[in-house]
Amino acid sequence: MQHIQTIQTRDFAGCGECQTSERKEAE
Amino acid sequence: MIHAYRLHGKGIVLDIGSGSVHVADPLAYEMITQWEQARRPVPGEPEERTELRTEIEALIRDGKLFAPERFGETDFAALAAQRETPPVVKALCLHVSHTCNLTCDYCFAQAGRYCGPQALMPFGIGKQALDFLLGASGTRRNLEVDFFGGEPLMNWQVVKDLVAYARSREAEMGKRFRFTLTTNGLLIDSDVIDFVNREMANVVLSLDGRKEIHDSLRRTVSGKGSYETVVPKFRDLVQARSGKNYYMRGTFTHANPDFTQDIYHMAALGFRSLSMEPVVCAPESPHALTKEDIAQVLQEYERLALEMARRRGTAEEFSFYHYLLDLAHGPCLFKRIAGCGSGTEYLAVTPAGELYPCHQFVGEKDFCMGDIWRGVTNQALRGAFCGCTLYSRPQCRECWARLYCSGGCAANAYHASGSIRGIHEEGCILFRKRMECAIWLAAERFGNG
Repeated sequence: MQHIQTIQTRDFAGCGECQTSERKEAE
Repeated sequence: MIHAYRLHGKGIVLDIGSGSVHVADPLAYEMITQWEQARRPVPGEPEERTELRTEIEALIRDGKLFAPERFGETDFAALAAQRETPPVVKALCLHVSHTCNLTCDYCFAQAGRYCGPQALMPFGIGKQALDFLLGASGTRRNLEVDFFGGEPLMNWQVVKDLVAYARSREAEMGKRFRFTLTTNGLLIDSDVIDFVNREMANVVLSLDGRKEIHDSLRRTVSGKGSYETVVPKFRDLVQARSGKNYYMRGTFTHANPDFTQDIYHMAALGFRSLSMEPVVCAPESPHALTKEDIAQVLQEYERLALEMARRRGTAEEFSFYHYLLDLAHGPCLFKRIAGCGSGTEYLAVTPAGELYPCHQFVGEKDFCMGDIWRGVTNQALRGAFCGCTLYSRPQCRECWARLYCSGGCAANAYHASGSIRGIHEEGCILFRKRMECAIWLAAERFGNG
């Protein structure tokens, strides 16, 4: 029995093209 | 370092070193949170505990639990040193109007005037600002310009002319402009709707929710509430852009710590992209949230997450700005550490052409960074903002949420603590709760396939 479910996340560990608060194109 | 919490029947464990998110059953939650003791087998223990220990040890080996941070302040400094110098500017907040046709009591810009005279930005100033951005943006391809105020629709022709000018320079300069607009809605007409829906990547429509809440604070100069005027206009605009790329954006105050009722009201009006933000004002203001209000707001965030999960997949589903969390494709490490880029990549431009670190600093003369003709001349101030990261705030070092919040808002920190390297403690408390709820929603979605 699996007791722990792990959600897929991007490892925490820059092009500067992100929106101020565009990988999107590559995917 | 881990952060473990229970919410709405789920045990959630965040691994801060890696960003991994785990949903643990009660026994797993107990063993992980007491791992120092639980890691050692006890003779005669139930087989289930032995199996679970193996499962936890596998996650540790995979670097997904109790993972050491594989980067630090010196790594970030090395990354920052590789960036273009002087720092490029990629986003401008154009204050095309320092005047407003509403007199909202809680406005941080004091009825849009920012402690100065009423003013509209002439086209020539806006054009020079765009030229400054084109020249200062280095190798950045995606540039952002937000039309802000005051009320930007009070200077509508200039907005349209500036967009046309920017578009005329895109191909030649190899740049792509992303325009956004924030409006109180009073002056929306068919021309505005057509143009905004053609040219603006996102539009923010200010609505505080229930009519009595909205009209109590968002009144015209003559003292009349604006709800009945703006709601039909907002509906027309949203419908014309097929319900995409907009936010209904409200502010909640001491008058409505039960702000979720305002969110549900906006959803009932047919709006689906929603945001309600806590008022930021002096503690002595009658609109300021009290300690009792904050306690209620934290509960409201939890209730909101539960209600959103209930509505998922139904015609009543809506999104909430702070719960839009992309765990699988989140931002890069640099952005997680450096934050919004105010005072470095992002600057605000006044109607007279002065540069400020962001819209919330406009009018505070000590924070004037230069102007659109000479560029950034206050290098000491730019240096201070370049160094303003989550590593520069001692309080952030032990906070589990630091890589989600990036150290928070420099302006809020300054107004709360007197230093851009301080923190806005109330904001931190609310942010952490929102992150817990957003991650719970992600876990709920994951669990339901």
